[in-house]
Amino acid sequence: MTEIAAPMTATHSFHTSVEAEKRLRARYAAEQRFKIYGILAIAVACLMLVVLLFTITREGMTAFWQTAIRLEVTIDPAKIDPKGTRNPADFDRAAFQDVIHEALYTRFPQAEGRIARKELRGLISPVAGVFLAKEVGDDAAMLGRTIQVWIPASDAINQIEKGRIDRNEEEANRPINDRQLAWFDQLKKDGDSGPIFNSTFFTSSDSNYPELAGLFGAVVGSVLTLIVTLSLALPIGIATAVYLEEFAPKNRLTDLIEVNINNLAAVPSIVFGLLGLAVFLQFFGLPRSSPLVGGMVIALMSLPTIIISARAALKAVPPSIREAALGMGASRLQTVAHHVLPLAMPGILTGTIIAMAHALGETAPLLMVGMNAFVTSAPSGFLDSASVLPVQVYIWADAPERGFVELTSAAIMVLLVFLVAMNGTAIWLRKKFERRW
Amino acid sequence: MSASVTVALILLLSLIGFWMGRSRAVAVSGGRIASLHSVPNYYGSFVAIWAGLPALVLVLFWLALKFPVTEALVLAGLDVDTIRAWGQQMLPPQDLAQLMERLAAGGSDLLSDNQKQLLLINIRNIAAGQSQYVNPDVLGILKPAAAHYSTLLSLANWSLFAISAVLAVGGLVYTRARISPDLRARNGVEKVVNALLIVCSLIAIFTTLGIVLSLLFESVRFFARVSPVEFLFGTHWSPQTALRADQAGSSGAFGAVPLFSGTLLIAVVAMMVAGPVGLLSAIYLSEYAPRGVRNTVKPVLEILAGIPTVVYGFFAILTVAPVIRDVGSLLGLSVSSNSALAAGVVMGVMIVPFVSSLSDDVINAVPQSLRDGSLGLGATRSETVRQVILPAALPGIVGAFLLAISRAIGETMIVVMAAGMAAKITANPLEAVTTVTVQIAALLVGDQEFDSAKTLSAFALGLVLFFATLLLNVVALRVVQKYREKYD
Amino acid sequence: MTKTSGEAGTKRAKMAGRGVKVFYGEKRALHGIDVDIYQNEVLALIGPSGCGKSTFLRTLNRMNDTIDICRVEGKITLDGQDIYDPKLDVVQLRARVGMVFQKPNPFPKSIYDNIVYGPKLHGLATRKDEFDAIVEQSLKRAGLWTEVKDRLNEPGTGLSGGQQQRLCIARAVAVSPEVILMDEPCSALDPIATAHIEELIDELRANFTIVIVTHNMQQAARVSQRTAFFHLGDLVEVGATEEIFTNPRDERTQGYITGRYG
Repeated sequence: MTEIAAPMTATHSFHTSVEAEKRLRARYAAEQRFKIYGILAIAVACLMLVVLLFTITREGMTAFWQTAIRLEVTIDPAKIDPKGTRNPADFDRAAFQDVIHEALYTRFPQAEGRIARKELRGLISPVAGVFLAKEVGDDAAMLGRTIQVWIPASDAINQIEKGRIDRNEEEANRPINDRQLAWFDQLKKDGDSGPIFNSTFFTSSDSNYPELAGLFGAVVGSVLTLIVTLSLALPIGIATAVYLEEFAPKNRLTDLIEVNINNLAAVPSIVFGLLGLAVFLQFFGLPRSSPLVGGMVIALMSLPTIIISARAALKAVPPSIREAALGMGASRLQTVAHHVLPLAMPGILTGTIIAMAHALGETAPLLMVGMNAFVTSAPSGFLDSASVLPVQVYIWADAPERGFVELTSAAIMVLLVFLVAMNGTAIWLRKKFERRW
Repeated sequence: MSASVTVALILLLSLIGFWMGRSRAVAVSGGRIASLHSVPNYYGSFVAIWAGLPALVLVLFWLALKFPVTEALVLAGLDVDTIRAWGQQMLPPQDLAQLMERLAAGGSDLLSDNQKQLLLINIRNIAAGQSQYVNPDVLGILKPAAAHYSTLLSLANWSLFAISAVLAVGGLVYTRARISPDLRARNGVEKVVNALLIVCSLIAIFTTLGIVLSLLFESVRFFARVSPVEFLFGTHWSPQTALRADQAGSSGAFGAVPLFSGTLLIAVVAMMVAGPVGLLSAIYLSEYAPRGVRNTVKPVLEILAGIPTVVYGFFAILTVAPVIRDVGSLLGLSVSSNSALAAGVVMGVMIVPFVSSLSDDVINAVPQSLRDGSLGLGATRSETVRQVILPAALPGIVGAFLLAISRAIGETMIVVMAAGMAAKITANPLEAVTTVTVQIAALLVGDQEFDSAKTLSAFALGLVLFFATLLLNVVALRVVQKYREKYD
Repeated sequence: MTKTSGEAGTKRAKMAGRGVKVFYGEKRALHGIDVDIYQNEVLALIGPSGCGKSTFLRTLNRMNDTIDICRVEGKITLDGQDIYDPKLDVVQLRARVGMVFQKPNPFPKSIYDNIVYGPKLHGLATRKDEFDAIVEQSLKRAGLWTEVKDRLNEPGTGLSGGQQQRLCIARAVAVSPEVILMDEPCSALDPIATAHIEELIDELRANFTIVIVTHNMQQAARVSQRTAFFHLGDLVEVGATEEIFTNPRDERTQGYITGRYG
């Protein structure tokens, strides 16, 4: 019986009939179709992510450089220091713009008359004086000197140079006319125009002018807000988790707390904003737009997430550890504080970082407590008016100037970098401290 | 004396208390630590708690009540002449006339809440030395009030400092004196810690209470002006009309049905995207995908879930809305530039990971034996999924979809940026509609009047939103829980 | 490996295994099994737990395919055709080789829908009256008809454990397979339900070839014509049931049936 007997007359089963074979083919076709639907669904989701990241990056990359124009500027003492005191406190800040304009007129002597000069001024940023003032510093020694400086071009020129505005468009439809384009091309030909790194974006705060607007203030605002959030949510979250997991008796109150936590996790974020507005601002009279209030609102929002992840981490600590400590005569509190909590800490921190990453991206509740303040300098404390990264994105997305589109995208890129860093840290922590009991 | 200095002092005293308590305990033990009830550190903590905790609680209450109390005192202290003079400068004619009438009648409640806020802002600015924000004519009138305000505030701060210092030192001295080997310091400390833990746990309840009460409180004030029937069933929404009380049509219209229908329309569009995409990808991942694919696709979906909603909103206006408009005009359709479709589609993409991970859980909860039973009868995988697994998982999937709908309804930033402000009732996703959350944001962002029906209506909308999402969640969780119990 | 002999060479082998090895990842669960399964006979697979009898059963209709890390070597034939041939269709195979599982697993559907599920998939019938006939015949064959004929639209999950298992047998029978595999079909049932199903198996033999895995030696003795004894992934001995139980050739078999281990 080592060889199988030759095939005997096969039974006449319905399942091997021609009819059944035909039906089987149709069933397999349906199977394939169904599988393809699944692949399509995943492809759609992935494609959306790719398109999102691609368009944001494509729009935002250009924000990191800025078209500039090189001019030979004479710091005219008569204009900058009209009082003649040579004391920086007496300098006329507004005059730096005039000085640049003079340099521009000298560069293009052919532009004569009020209209031509106005058009000429349209080449450079209306706030170029701020950059010049920064460049030369608060120093009397500069008066009377002639220096070569790179001056930011106007938003319209910047956008044309980056290809965001089509220069072949009909003249009436673009913000820069043919004559201005000719001047600019002249500058380019002479090597007096080119891209410079947009350091302003990282060092300054919000502005009405895209070339002067930066993200620094919003980053500081976000950091301050997250500090408040973390210092409230982490201790309260851990305390709640420890209580519910280690101490709480099984009773009505405990159940109520648990139900509350689960429901809070699903409350729309804007409702937390309404809570903050009604309670923190209107009832307690805390300062509007401040990182303190924003952080408190976000802390209440992140609490459920932190509590839930902290409880999971505490649950993962095996009971044998508790029994060992209790058996040594330690009190419940000592057991938790000395043994359980340290073991659960990596898990708690991982959950907390992920919650903080969510908090960093939160926008709606902060709008409710006025954190969309127009803040031109970084907040210096928890009670100052401040904005945060995502709110800055929202504000810029609303701004009409074309230049803010790339700034918005760049701000999103920065925001995403922060999020990736935070989530990456969380994953790294989880990997590093992963423990199998 | 600012509160932070006070807090620093309390913490310092508490620290000193810890050190003194510990050394005192060592001293009373006469060198035999074992004779103490608890280890010396607990005696230290015991003293530290009694020195620090009462004073800190006092500071908290003080901080919460400082401004409301001083402001009430300042307002109460204003004499009639000051109010009259201020009103002549700052109030519009009609309000002023009303104020004069009330002054003549000698009533007590002279100013409306709005006017009180305006007056307080003036006083606060003067007191803070920011008189550039104040009408120069008012400056002289309010100077005495501002001085009164400053005095009260500094009095409050100084007395807080003094009282908490006394409390802290008193607590320290008293408890230190009580230290003896028999004092059950550890139990005392643990009781306090346990109480602190309970207080922290109660914050969840307080938050819910805070939400419900503040929404209810403001909504009741709103419904005093606008009848709930009109709000819930009215079909005309235009809260933005009233600039001044004497304007025509100042009451505005607060029929919220267009907002509800708009919210629903966008949520439906979102679910049409997220439902099939999320469910099918969950099915593919759990029933078909090889391990490698599963391990790559899942994190990608998680990334989608981690992207802030404001980014989705910008994506909608930057990319999706123009594409939809272009496609629409190719087909000869007129598409609004902020159509419900664009907002809905992007919101759908945002919800995909939510639907897919919930469905994944639900599908995995279907017992393997049912799969085996079906496959053993010669069913293909898709036949098994469609005819056995999905029917078995249906309650769970319904629950997941309900949770996703609740997400869609409560989502704010995408619709604020990509949906419109036009309140109209339509089922056409190519038109612009507005939603509950858009209106809440529009009503409350930026300058607001404190006591107008317009501002208050946002809270009424918030109340509806809160209860709608709560209901959806409670039902969904019930359904899912029942489903899980069935297969556990 | 102990070779089996004394088998009547004239009987028709419905299924046959030659050198069947099964691997779970690196681990080998079966070490090369040679066995014939004869038409209209009940073959019982017995042996201590973990001996590989269930694993072998699942290779017969390729239910092992659902486990990622599982790999099968050797040859298994159905009517002389290799069932692991890539050209062979697994769906068709499972329609011809049905299976009843250890734990009753009726679908969360009505009794009627449970039965017609298979026939609908495979297109065994098209008209309502044909389906009705299939349901009645299958339930009768599974000995369940009189108990449920008045409540065919009630959920199958509402039946008692024994009834559920008979429903699963009816469900398998409804597809009109040639072979029915049963994986400890009575292990979750009480003695009365077990007796019921044992009777049933004997009746089903007239129309089907049956392979049954069982823990219970009395059961094997009662229902089967031939018995195969598995031990640690080896097929120790296969032969007529009577002979295995009265006169085992191998001392391991003897040890097992006399209860020295199990």
